[in-house]
Amino acid sequence: MSRAPAPVTLPRERALALLTDMLRIRRFEERCADLYGQQKIRGFLHLYIGEEAVAVGAVRALAADDAIVATYREHGHALVRGISANAIMAEMYGKREGCCRGRGGSMHLFDAATGFYGGNAIVGGGLPIAVGLALADRMQDRSRVTAVFFGEGAIAEGAFHESMNLAALWRLPVAFFCENNLYAMGTALARSESQTDLCVKAAAFGMPAVRVDGMDVIAVHEAAREAVARVREGGPCFVEFQTYRYRAHSMFDPDLYRDNAEVETWKARGPIHNLSNRLKADGLLTEDEFLAIDADAAKEVEAAVAFAEAGSLEPVDDLALDVVAGAAR
Amino acid sequence: MRISYREAMRTALHDALASDPRVFLMGEDVGKYGGSYAVSKGFLAEFGPERIRDTPLSELAFVGAGVGAALGGLRPIVEVMTVNFSLLALDQIVNAAALYRHMSAGQFHVPLVIRMATGAGRQLAAQHSHSLENWYAHVPGLTVVAPATIDDARGMLAAALADPDPVIVFEHALLYNSEGELSDAWRACDLTSAQILRQGRDVTLIAWGGTVAKSLEAAAALAAEGIDAEVVDLRVLRPLDDATYIASVRRTRRAVVVDEGWRSGSLAAEVMARIMEQALYDLDAPVARVCSEEVPIPYAKHLEDAALPQPAKVVAAVRRLLGKG
Repeated sequence: MSRAPAPVTLPRERALALLTDMLRIRRFEERCADLYGQQKIRGFLHLYIGEEAVAVGAVRALAADDAIVATYREHGHALVRGISANAIMAEMYGKREGCCRGRGGSMHLFDAATGFYGGNAIVGGGLPIAVGLALADRMQDRSRVTAVFFGEGAIAEGAFHESMNLAALWRLPVAFFCENNLYAMGTALARSESQTDLCVKAAAFGMPAVRVDGMDVIAVHEAAREAVARVREGGPCFVEFQTYRYRAHSMFDPDLYRDNAEVETWKARGPIHNLSNRLKADGLLTEDEFLAIDADAAKEVEAAVAFAEAGSLEPVDDLALDVVAGAAR
Repeated sequence: MRISYREAMRTALHDALASDPRVFLMGEDVGKYGGSYAVSKGFLAEFGPERIRDTPLSELAFVGAGVGAALGGLRPIVEVMTVNFSLLALDQIVNAAALYRHMSAGQFHVPLVIRMATGAGRQLAAQHSHSLENWYAHVPGLTVVAPATIDDARGMLAAALADPDPVIVFEHALLYNSEGELSDAWRACDLTSAQILRQGRDVTLIAWGGTVAKSLEAAAALAAEGIDAEVVDLRVLRPLDDATYIASVRRTRRAVVVDEGWRSGSLAAEVMARIMEQALYDLDAPVARVCSEEVPIPYAKHLEDAALPQPAKVVAAVRRLLGKG
């Protein structure tokens, strides 16, 4: 007998919003995998399937004018943040209608309107930038929080340690959101870190650190809200979200470094049915309602595919545009 | 007015800090210590620790924080003690600062100024003496400048701060104590043009940063032999102002590029290639170059001297071009 699901501690509408966002990401990512097979999307493609609760719970904990610095596995964060599925899909198609006019692709989504500062494909590369954004906010008396997402693999980089130190030393408003999916490409945490307790590392910088079940979107959301409030008041904070990616690292990855049984164990804790089962148990969601939300998510994705298909190509004459100000055109 | 390069740079920084509240200076020992080359001495007391910001020894993080602060609406001036140390921050300069405008299709830009000392000549040995300007000049998205004159030390910083994209300012460490007349021309400093510092008919010496003074010295020695050398200070290493030095070479029909970097893959090689592409049939002799010898810069004075371009080497190169070697 499995345990009865834990009750949902959020109001129904908020919980349903989290469920909706997770389904939007799941359907979007699944469609991306198809489109990659059809060679509509090329280059590197890193899917977020399995990790949806982290982006949804954490991004939804931010205020509208807060800043986000993300990784190359960032489609989900971009979607939840409010970059349209159309603009993201068109970007992956390399079309002019994409959020970066086809300059960035899957790994480099940017959006000034929603404070989305990339889409960084250098592991750890976003952390110093987040520190600088927070410094600018502090020096200009803005109450903005910068949330920087990074995987546990980034913790082996010097950029992590230098950035944690600087943010703690200067008490800057940075929320360090670590998405610990246990594997840095194919290298398991225990094979790359002498100390696998990530919160201990954060504590070494004198920074508050908490560990959260990253498969439970409500736990993620509540922890992220607390962290963001703390950051806005007083200084940086580190949160480790324990999560898992169901798919390989990228579409090129044969996924030889982990057991299928391990993947299945994590899938049994999947963030979407984790929440939907709880909502159903509490009488807050019917199966029909669930299917309707899912169908809407799929519809949004299909519209995005149609939008991307119908998109145009950036003129090659504009190749040198946006290298420095005023070039080309 | 006769002032030192250090004083010119210091006044430029002071002006920038005093006139624009978005400007701040950040780096190792820029505050309490007064700057490793004493350029920012006294600034901490005047502008306070928020704007004269001492950093830990974390080149990657504080240069990256400069990128972020620029994205966040400020005008950071980040000081890196020497170009050798900037390699610790190369990722943030090359993979972030230079790319953000393009990757984001113009939604974001990085108005960041990075100052760093470069070059040899003070017996600081191999880890403090290299000239890697060409590495940065290779990268689209960066502007790279090398103020060599008092006017440029005084004027280039303001132009760099006015630029909406990242600018790297290379200050040759031997120049700080040099003195010269400050003219009114500093007010018109741009980040686009090379400048002819000495006019001549027989050969063009193309130099920048630390090799400008050496080239002028060589030109004076050549004049004593009746050879009239023109000296072009590139000033801006990216983008190169082809028009100015190509026009000069067309007039003099001979060129020697004087570069403190190593010869292989050097900026000198790029300048020479452009001369071949654009002015080959105007040349009376193959383009020559004087670069550093291909060794890590050694400590001992006589070895260091031997490793670097020197006026005598430039004179010898010119003589060879003129068939007087």
